[in-house]
Amino acid sequence: MQFSDSIFASRFHLAKQDLEGYLGEALSQGGDYADLYFEYLLTSSISIDESMVKSAAQGVSVGVGIRVISGERTGYAYSDDLSPEKIRKAARVAAHIAAGPAKVDRMGLNAQKGHNLYPVLTAPTETAFADRVELVKRADRAARAFDSRIFQVQAAYADNLRHVMVATSEGVLTLDRQPLARLSVSALARQNGGPPQRGHAGGGGRVELDFFLNEHTPEHFAGEAAREAIAMLDAVEAPAGEMTVVLGPGWPGILLHEAVGHGLEADFNRKGVSAFSGRIGQKVASELCTVIDDGTIGSRRGSLNVDDEGQPTRRNVLIEKGVLRGYLQDRLSSTLLKAESTGSGRRESYAHIPMPRMTNTFMLAGESDPEEIIRSVPKGLYCANFGGGQVDITSGNFVFSASESYLIEDGKLTRPVRNATLIGNGPEALKYVSMVGNDLKLDEGIGTCGKEGQSVPVGVGIPTIKIDKMTVGGTA
Amino acid sequence: MLELAQEIVQRALASGATDAECTIAEGEEFSAAVRMRELESLKEAGSRAMGLRILRGKNTGSSYTSDFSREGVEHLVRSAIELADITTEDPHAGLPDPDEFGLIDGDLGLFSADVESLATELKIATAKRAEEASLSADPRIFNSEGASFDNHVGSHYFANSRGFAGQYRSSYCSLSTVPVAKDGESMERDYWYTMARDFAGLEAADEVGRIAASRALRRLNARKVETQKVPIIFDPNAARTLLDNLFDAVHGMAIYRHESFLAGKLGEKVASDTVTVIDDATIPGLFGTSPFDDEGVPSRRTVVIERGVLKSYLMNTYAARKLGMKTTGNASRGLTGNAGIGHGNFYLEQGVQTPEQLIAGVANGFYVTELMGFGVNVVTGDYSRGAAGLWIRDGELAFAVSEVTVAGNLKDMLENIEAVGSDLKFRGSIAAPTLKIGEMTVGGK
Repeated sequence: MQFSDSIFASRFHLAKQDLEGYLGEALSQGGDYADLYFEYLLTSSISIDESMVKSAAQGVSVGVGIRVISGERTGYAYSDDLSPEKIRKAARVAAHIAAGPAKVDRMGLNAQKGHNLYPVLTAPTETAFADRVELVKRADRAARAFDSRIFQVQAAYADNLRHVMVATSEGVLTLDRQPLARLSVSALARQNGGPPQRGHAGGGGRVELDFFLNEHTPEHFAGEAAREAIAMLDAVEAPAGEMTVVLGPGWPGILLHEAVGHGLEADFNRKGVSAFSGRIGQKVASELCTVIDDGTIGSRRGSLNVDDEGQPTRRNVLIEKGVLRGYLQDRLSSTLLKAESTGSGRRESYAHIPMPRMTNTFMLAGESDPEEIIRSVPKGLYCANFGGGQVDITSGNFVFSASESYLIEDGKLTRPVRNATLIGNGPEALKYVSMVGNDLKLDEGIGTCGKEGQSVPVGVGIPTIKIDKMTVGGTA
Repeated sequence: MLELAQEIVQRALASGATDAECTIAEGEEFSAAVRMRELESLKEAGSRAMGLRILRGKNTGSSYTSDFSREGVEHLVRSAIELADITTEDPHAGLPDPDEFGLIDGDLGLFSADVESLATELKIATAKRAEEASLSADPRIFNSEGASFDNHVGSHYFANSRGFAGQYRSSYCSLSTVPVAKDGESMERDYWYTMARDFAGLEAADEVGRIAASRALRRLNARKVETQKVPIIFDPNAARTLLDNLFDAVHGMAIYRHESFLAGKLGEKVASDTVTVIDDATIPGLFGTSPFDDEGVPSRRTVVIERGVLKSYLMNTYAARKLGMKTTGNASRGLTGNAGIGHGNFYLEQGVQTPEQLIAGVANGFYVTELMGFGVNVVTGDYSRGAAGLWIRDGELAFAVSEVTVAGNLKDMLENIEAVGSDLKFRGSIAAPTLKIGEMTVGGK
């Protein structure tokens, strides 16, 4: 996209020399580096409950975040008003962090060409509401039709269109138009007046609305949610203690996000507070494990053409055949660590300071047949789906919650078990991976990662894997 | 701004809405972070935004914007009205009944002007002091994720088409620090914080640093224990998360949808006699206090559980109508959308025994100081979370424990709260004292 075609030029009347002027203002007290992050965000959401579309909302927000880096120090200010006076004021506030002569070796801004990972002509946010509301209505009908024991259904559809422009004092100028859409369905089932059980499913990505009309339909997500709720009706108490755990493909990749991903973010490692600090080159997983963080997969929820500091995203190898290879860098950490950028600097919005974050994190496929993996387990737990997870990056302890899992008895899936948390230690857990399936699957596009109060969309993926030892937090 | 909110409501009515509610929020935030005795970052900014919800008959539509220009306001109104075409007529939708509007008069102690005038140097120095107190507490505190001082001042305006208009200002400042302790191969971090409406209300920076350090130190060299069923004591930090779960379970929306294990249990015994739970948004100065809720209904005190008996759900107007009840003044929302449900100061009343007395009464059990993850299912009550803390042996804290789970069912846990500590203290809008639960499953080796 050309600068002159961007919404920031056409609608907000910003010119390149304005940006250069603001960067000059930001470095007027000295400092090594400054950047501007302009954001124009349109959002909409529609939800259905009790078969009624009870809520629909849309909104618009705009703002600019201005950052000055001086050594290890960061000054940050933002404005939700793009008038020149307000932007200059924010630049002066951010400039306070530095205390020295103005940095004057300014160079001209050059628009950079990035990836084109989401060639979406009409973003979902730009389509007719009448089309989008059908998605939640169809999901509601399909979940109820799935089984007569389904008695409550909620579906929520949300999309946004984020226009982003990053300009840096090193002359980088990037523009991106980031569409994102998501449909999620929750269903409650009950039989014979017993206690209800819930199932949940959803997905989306940086896609056109067509994605939901033809590829991943409301009926698909509704069916998954209803199926999970029905399956859980017969659930028995989950086991407690150490046992063999088999993770199914797809969303269970959240294990990687929690167990290793966060611990490899460079800010923690630069400060030496991660359980993975100083372990590059060491063995942290079994040889069967190669873990990638890839921000360049087309149309994925976690993908970006450029990160929120204007760097192109990349495919980064985190663990290669069990050996720790690299960290995820943002601008500040890569400068201080004298490391290459990995295109991992992300932020929630213009009001937030960027930091190293994951994009789409997954394990490469292995060679085992998934059915063979299950057959190899005399007694254990098979986890088909998960809720959220969390990690303490310093001790390395992480948890994630199984929302749909089954006992494995004599190599067969037998009874569904109730929700249980699994807990492990990051640098240790993957050493017990003894089989990796040939069925790598990425999740359907529903993940959101939180770190220090900032939420960003992410993806995960994993093939079926067998972990010989992990602690399961049941009651039986 | 209140006039602007009222004007937007009138514009919405003129554009075809039969009812309208407008919220405007303005705020200024500041944050200073230090790490290893050096300033790390400064952040300062102000922002504002407005939200509108309209009804056209029994259809609703919502919108928000950060654009306060004439065109921005016109777009806001058009956006909300347009959406009423795609929502469904809902017989229970609507504003509260006319006799329910109102607000608490008088000073609720939500705003202190001193927060606005604090010098940046003082804030940085305060954060440095907290971190220094951690770093110098013990040689095993070898590193730090830093300390930060944050403050915020905000104004909230709300007007609707039934003539309600209200506003209030609020302020807070907070100080926190995260030391990292190491002993051999064992590395652990923990945190401590203080938060108040004004600077004078903060706990001493040295004290915050010392507590943070002792919390990180006591986690060192943690062991994983055998899987077993034992008595559990939740410290106030861990106990507070049980109140989070309980709030989700008495949430009016979850009740009418049968998404809570407490649905249909009003008037029944759901917890032990030692349990009394209150929601009170009227206590001056606290973080869950406000003069009116997000529908313009006065804030109040609601007894949720009284000596084990479930007395009330927490509701907004919509949930109350679905349940054939009256709103409890718990409407809550961001700028836009239908009102959800929030809590005021939601707490469990304290008992008489000190935490030390509670621990002394346990021969073999687990003192939980941290819970991790999202393994709580309010529909079924199933509870399974990652946990860390200290093992209790013969009435004393014996050694650190981590990488284990605690599991049970919220229904049983509430019924098995055997004792409640005397150490209730509000560090936010949800608070609980130390709690002793008869037995839960600890998942470990």
